[in-house]
Amino acid sequence: MSSTHDDGTRTSGSTSPTSALVVALAWLLVSVPLAYGLWQTLVKAAQLLG
Amino acid sequence: MAGLAFLEKKNTVARPGYSKWLIPPAALCVHLSIGQVYAFSVFKTSLVQRFESSQTAVAWIFSIAIVMLGLSAAVLGTWVERNGPRKAMVAAALCWGTGFLVGSLGIAIGSLPLLYLGYGVIGGIGLGIGYISPVSTLIKWFPDKPGLATGMAIMGFGGGALIASPLSNLLLGIYDPQFDPANSGNGASASALSATFLTLGLVYLVFMLIGASLIRLPEGFGDDATAAHQPGRGGALVRAKAAIRTPQFALLWVVLFCNVTAGIGILEQAAPMIQDFFRDGQDSTVSAAEAAGFVGMLSLANMAGRFVWSSASDRIGRKPIYMMYLGVGLVLYILLATFGQTSTAVFVVLALLIISYYGGGFATVPAYLKDLFGTLEVGAIHGRLLTAWAAAGVMGPLIVNGFLDAAGEPGSLVAEDYHPALITMVIVLAVGFVANLLIKTVDEKHFDDEAVRSHAGRGDHTDPAGEPATTGGTR
Repeated sequence: MSSTHDDGTRTSGSTSPTSALVVALAWLLVSVPLAYGLWQTLVKAAQLLG
Repeated sequence: MAGLAFLEKKNTVARPGYSKWLIPPAALCVHLSIGQVYAFSVFKTSLVQRFESSQTAVAWIFSIAIVMLGLSAAVLGTWVERNGPRKAMVAAALCWGTGFLVGSLGIAIGSLPLLYLGYGVIGGIGLGIGYISPVSTLIKWFPDKPGLATGMAIMGFGGGALIASPLSNLLLGIYDPQFDPANSGNGASASALSATFLTLGLVYLVFMLIGASLIRLPEGFGDDATAAHQPGRGGALVRAKAAIRTPQFALLWVVLFCNVTAGIGILEQAAPMIQDFFRDGQDSTVSAAEAAGFVGMLSLANMAGRFVWSSASDRIGRKPIYMMYLGVGLVLYILLATFGQTSTAVFVVLALLIISYYGGGFATVPAYLKDLFGTLEVGAIHGRLLTAWAAAGVMGPLIVNGFLDAAGEPGSLVAEDYHPALITMVIVLAVGFVANLLIKTVDEKHFDDEAVRSHAGRGDHTDPAGEPATTGGTR
């Protein structure tokens, strides 16, 4: 279902708020590779501190 | 084409209730992907061996990509603004992915020019479009916290390198079991390199397309003529064409150029620099592995600075935070030249702070532009400003390497040999500091009359989440 506004733009779908699960999944999608990169970098950086 | 209508700007507008917290991950999908460019050096040895070429010939691949980033962001900034973030992110994904695929073909058939064309030119265009594509959208969703919003995305550009470096080594090791990333003289086979490029191209293409599918414009931003743009200081709503003729744009260009030149000089030379600072005769007290650890710490500081300092700028204002990046940065450079060789802890702490300011400078600049020119065409103005990055990317390493080449051979340099380069960076930062001080509110003659009238007719505004919006703080 879609609706057209006065300015000609269209928004589709329901008007219910985005599910918290969808937001969490989106953040998980970017956080997992970032955490992998951070961990690998910390392991490398530990060589200087150790 | 009807099938591609979902890419149109007017069809990218969020439905009521769409969470603004889906916009940062959408932006991160793009920035984490294109941030790979800073990890390109992991392929250097393998590429030199594959093409039996000089290091300089291979270094050109990265240089072309960065120059194309600056040029495409400048030239296509207005196109990105007019066509909306989804079409721009899809274009960026196609260019970045295609760049890897063409590069993979170049490696497979042994054609270095094809790698220049693929990764350098086509991929570089993807970098430029991708870098600016989510920025103005984030500012529109978070008008009261533009520094935080753009800091999150641009932090991803720094984070992309942290992911790509180990991921690339992992893929090279899978495709070529003989490959050992710990052995700096041992490159991967051509087939492994080609397969790794192919894999990365496909992974980044999918990841960026997911970002494009999540991105939305806030309600009311589907049509430029009727959009509720946020004005900058003094009610400024300025188009890109007019903005680049203002002294504020020129001064901010100098500020960014100086900040990037100073930081990139250290970043480019980081590993040999820490070894040279602690050299005793022929040997350094800092091993190659420890130097690699130092480079890793710099990457973390670069990434953290993008988020922490940019977010802080929402509280303390854009002008004061650039005074810190440039003014305190200048003092840190003097301290590095004076006391850097006294202990590794002092050297590391000073370098980490300097690089955090370098990252902060990148991430805070879109919010600074928003404060000065408003959100009308902030993405396009940002694109034009990134030519300062391309210029600094050439100038920073030129300054440092020019002084070091004159001082002696690599492997025989000591801390004193870096003093001329460090003092030059102090002068560069001083120039940037003065330029920042001179930045004032944009004159009304540059405002877009139609946009200002439209804004005035609309009355008070709230941000897309229903919170009162401010025009930010270029205090």
